[in-house]
Formats: sequence, C-alpha cells, structure tokens
Amino acid sequence: MSKEREALLDPLFNNNPIALQVLGICSALAVTIKMETALVMSLAVIFVITASNVAVSLIRNQIPPSIRIIVQLTIIASLVIITDEVLQAFVYDISKQLTVFVGLIITNCIVMGRAEAFAMQNPPKLSFIDGLGNGLGYAMILMVVAFLRELFGTGKVFGFTVLQPVNEGGWYVPNGFMVLSPAAFFLIGCFIWAVRSWKTDQIEEEFHVGALLESGHEGHIR
Amino acid sequence: MEHYLSLATKAIFVENSALAFFLGMCSFLAVSKKVETAVGLGLAVIFVLTVTTPLNQILTVNLLREGSLSWAGFPDLDLGFLTFLVLIGTIAATVQIVEMAMDRYVPTLYNALGVFLPLIAVNCAILGTSLFMAERDYTLGEATVFGFATGIGWALAIIALAAIREKLKYSNVPEPLRGLGVTFIVVGLMSVGFMAFSGIQL
Repeated sequence: MSKEREALLDPLFNNNPIALQVLGICSALAVTIKMETALVMSLAVIFVITASNVAVSLIRNQIPPSIRIIVQLTIIASLVIITDEVLQAFVYDISKQLTVFVGLIITNCIVMGRAEAFAMQNPPKLSFIDGLGNGLGYAMILMVVAFLRELFGTGKVFGFTVLQPVNEGGWYVPNGFMVLSPAAFFLIGCFIWAVRSWKTDQIEEEFHVGALLESGHEGHIR
Repeated sequence: MEHYLSLATKAIFVENSALAFFLGMCSFLAVSKKVETAVGLGLAVIFVLTVTTPLNQILTVNLLREGSLSWAGFPDLDLGFLTFLVLIGTIAATVQIVEMAMDRYVPTLYNALGVFLPLIAVNCAILGTSLFMAERDYTLGEATVFGFATGIGWALAIIALAAIREKLKYSNVPEPLRGLGVTFIVVGLMSVGFMAFSGIQL
C-alpha cells in the first residue's frame, strides 16, 4: 500500500514535475491567464498522462526497445486527438482559447517522461497511480499560478468578480502586468523558491563566489 | 518580399516562440548552462524547423484539410482529426534523419548535443510552429520563412539565456533560489525586454 501512496503523493511536493524535474513547462505558462482554461488544461493532461501510463505499461513487455519512442508518441498522440475532439464537442469556447496548446500535450515532457521512466518498468496499477500523481502535481502548479494571475490581473476568480476593479466602480486597480507572459515566469520562479525554502534538500548546488571564498580556494574569477 | 521580411521580424522578435509563447521551455531551461551547447542546440532547432514546417505545410494542404483529397477522388473526405499524428510523425522522422546525418558527418557536434537531439522530437517549439502554421493557413513560402525565423528567434533566446547564466555563476543567489528558480526569473526579465518589440507595427 505504501508504494502506491508514495507514487501518488511524491510528485506533489517532493518530486514535482514542474518545480523539480523541469518537465512540461511549455504549456504550463501559456494557459494560466484564466483559471477556467487552466482547469480544462489540467484535466486534459491528467487524463492523457494517466491513460498513456496505463497503455504503455500494459504493452511494456511487447514493445521492442529500439522503436519504443515512436510507439509511445503514437499512443500519446491518439489520446490527445481524443481529448481534442471531446473538448471541441463539449467546451468549444475554451478549446478555442487553448488554441495549439491542447495539441502540444503530445510533446509535453511530463507525459513522455513518465511513460519512459515509470510505465516501461512498472505494472499497470502502479503506473495508473503514478500518472495520476504526476498529473495532479502539474495541475497544482497550474492552478496556483492561474489563481494568482487571474486574481491580481483582473480581480476575478473563475470569472466571478472578487476584487471590484476601478473601471467597474470598485476600488481595486488591476495589475495589468499579471496577464502578460513574463509574470508567469516570475510566479513559477517564486513558487520554486518557496518550495525549496521549505524542502531544503532540493537546493541545487552551483559554483558561486561565496562558496569559493568560504572554502578558502584561490579562484579564477573573470 | 516585404511581406516575408515583416513575417520574419514578427516571428523573431515580436512573437518570439520561447519568450512570448513559452514553446520549447524544457530544453530551453535544461540546455542553457553553457553558450557552446546552446549554440549547437539553437542551430539544430533552426535546421529542423526550416525542414519540418514546409514539409508539414505540404502535408496539411494536400492530405488533411477538408476536401483536400479531391485529387485522389475523395472530395468529401476530411482527415483533419489526424493532424496531430501526421505532424508529430513527420517531425520524429526528420529528427531521426538529422541525428544520423550529424553522427556521420559532424561527430563533434553530435557528441556535444548527445542525449538532447532526441529531445528535439518532443520539443514543443517544433510541433508548436507546425500547429501555428496550420492554424494560420500559411502558404508554402510563408511556412518556410516562418519556420526559419521562429528557429532564429528561439536560438537567439537560448544563446542569450546561456550567456546570462554563465555570468550568473559568479553571483551570490539566495540558496533556495539557486539553479532553476533564478533561471525562471532571468527568463521573465528577458521576456519583459522582448515585450519592448510588441509595440512595433509591421
């Protein structure tokens, strides 16, 4: 039981796909202007990653190693096509707002990464849970970033006005910077900062002048 | 000619694929530690984009659009739902060929890029450019220019980021922010810089 629990909860904080493994950022930033699009995108990714993990895991012993990437890509692309058709049928407006980013789930490194690193070695049940966990870890960051961007950028949450903007007779001056693309980078940077201040073992050791002087080496500094 | 020039300028600066559309972020962040490797990956991306975008344009127009199969006697057929599969298939095959050619003729570059070449196949910048091309109905000429210019823009961004990160090694960044965190903030600042181009009307 504990192995399943670990597979589900580990990707949320300890090994978050976006914050620690640097996977799947491409789409994470572009769809986070509004919570509604972020939610639909998260659900789509959770579906694709869970289903692809199960599918790859089921045929893992039949896939020849030399063509496994193509096999995985085909499975993922087929799942994304299904997702795209469903989105166009039921939530057409949001699907239009997501533009090319639904298609880009195919190249979302989280999906490929989990299929390659986990589903190829593990049984279907565990792969299902792992896919769910990683999908949720991705969704969590997406929702946090989208919440902050929508709240401070337009004063709304899920389209409902929370902070009454000035131009609608309220008091809140919307921070227009939040809806622009750079804000997403800053928010994720700060999110990583927060997570790593809490989980200090995730800190990356890089060469820097401070460490050099502390350890007493004569450095070659340009 | 003027039309192509403005299309290229727009793709390189105003709508930079990395900094405005967040395309190809994974390798953008992972391979930008050294300028040398960044240049190599940038060139590879330019090359793959210049080849795959027009190729995908031909396939989209002649195979996938509604009624585009009328030359084969199927005027009612709409294979639009196969778009993703065809595009990614073309890209994966092209990358495979580039990889083999590089291994044969420029082994030094092949060794430097190593594991990252297969990554180009799943680089969102490549698929994203093809998807944008399909969505905007570019002609063959436009698609070629668009692919090439998008590649230049992406290469420009990753080389600039690598240069900044090389200098960043010497600064005393707060510990939890070190590495990935501060890279995100640097990319954010670069993105602000590139937004200065967004006012340009062409």
